[in-house]
Amino acid sequence: MKIAFFIATAVDPSWFDMNRMPILIISAISVLVVLYTTFCKRSREHFKLREIAGLKAIEEAIGRATEMARPLLFTPGWGGDIQRPTTIASMNILSHVAQKTSQYDCRLVYPTHDPVIMTVAQEVIREAYAQAGYPDRYRNDDIFYVSSSQFGYAAAVDGLISRLKPASVFLLGTFEAESLILAETANINGSIQIAGTDSTIQLSFFIVACDYVLIGEELFAASGYLSGDHSILASVRAQDILKALIILIIIIATLWATVDPSSTWWRF
Amino acid sequence: MTRRIAQIVCFAFGALLFALYFSQLPAVRSLNTTIMIDYWQIIFAITLLVGVISFVKISVTNIRRGDSRPYRIISLIGLTVMPVFAIFWGIKGDSPFMWMFEYVQAPMQSTVFALLAFFVASASFRGFRARSAPAAVLLAAAILTLLSRSSLEGIVPQIVTDAADWVRGNPSMAARRAILIGIGLGSLTTSLRVILGIERTWLGREK
Repeated sequence: MKIAFFIATAVDPSWFDMNRMPILIISAISVLVVLYTTFCKRSREHFKLREIAGLKAIEEAIGRATEMARPLLFTPGWGGDIQRPTTIASMNILSHVAQKTSQYDCRLVYPTHDPVIMTVAQEVIREAYAQAGYPDRYRNDDIFYVSSSQFGYAAAVDGLISRLKPASVFLLGTFEAESLILAETANINGSIQIAGTDSTIQLSFFIVACDYVLIGEELFAASGYLSGDHSILASVRAQDILKALIILIIIIATLWATVDPSSTWWRF
Repeated sequence: MTRRIAQIVCFAFGALLFALYFSQLPAVRSLNTTIMIDYWQIIFAITLLVGVISFVKISVTNIRRGDSRPYRIISLIGLTVMPVFAIFWGIKGDSPFMWMFEYVQAPMQSTVFALLAFFVASASFRGFRARSAPAAVLLAAAILTLLSRSSLEGIVPQIVTDAADWVRGNPSMAARRAILIGIGLGSLTTSLRVILGIERTWLGREK
């Protein structure tokens, strides 16, 4: 009955919100570009990402923690939940980091503010340890929930950094006001810090306080960069194509608005 | 097999929510809200229980080991006392729960937040040292912005305020928008990779 209702409403022309037509067109173009770059064989050939300092430094950060026999702390920030693409991007880097820490037998501590993220992180890290061939080195107690309160979380992670003195700290995810509190504490502690977030306000704090920062889309390209997977790398190429399209639209709209100031078509 | 099921569920809900977003019918919008809010709350409530159990387990283990004992004991007391107060005396204005919230929890949160002021000062000191030409430009922009936003009205010339507004509205905004476009495109392709099953790291890597 419910299915019939939804089919009936779907074919009804009043179903569609015409105000959202520009979003649909842009989404459709984006999906097509991603599908083309990912599944077209020609597009997947001869493709290389430029060197990203923050991602290249991951190996160094893990090596440093191993040499100093100190743990490595990875936290996704307070601002996001598992639905957020930034958190997913952070999980991709976490998987790579966990593989390396398992190989070097280095302790990986993962405090989080969200129990859903905790559950996913436990699964990602467990799988990474198993894939690296060291499932026995996995410590479930090191991936834990601390508090859903912003400053409760900040205080807990600050305390962990001060007591555990991690050699390296990864601040990758969605951060808000706690970003500088965590970054400065790690800085005082002398840890190598690799940070990345989708908040432009917090990015400026990270740039000042951290050793390496993943800026903008670098955080999202990390998965392809670290895994070398051609399909993922190809979707990074889609980002570049879309960026070129946006630049083109900006140039056309600027010229159009200069010639005809009363035009409004580009204000979607 | 479990990975395949998770991928199918992810694709189905991703595609469904995408389609529902474009509808204007109240019934469809209500379904969207149900999925986005109600389902999410159920998942969150269950995992919160898992999170709290994990927190208690780790705290008890650390207390036994003597690792961070005082902090762990205080955390466990807080975790136990607040729900007990809420269950027995409620959460109204004059309840013990609200007293604890207003006179213990809120001041502690404010204290941690206040740390930010000191950290901003120490980070600025490092960041604004004019060791190179770009750092000198950054320092000049920072001084302009600080002066224009200070309470020295009448002392600071109007040209300084205008220059600071220009810096904030033009070069600074242009850089910020460029980063935002990159983040937006990155979010879009990451979401598509997850929905289409190209990106599977979040499910754990394949063996």
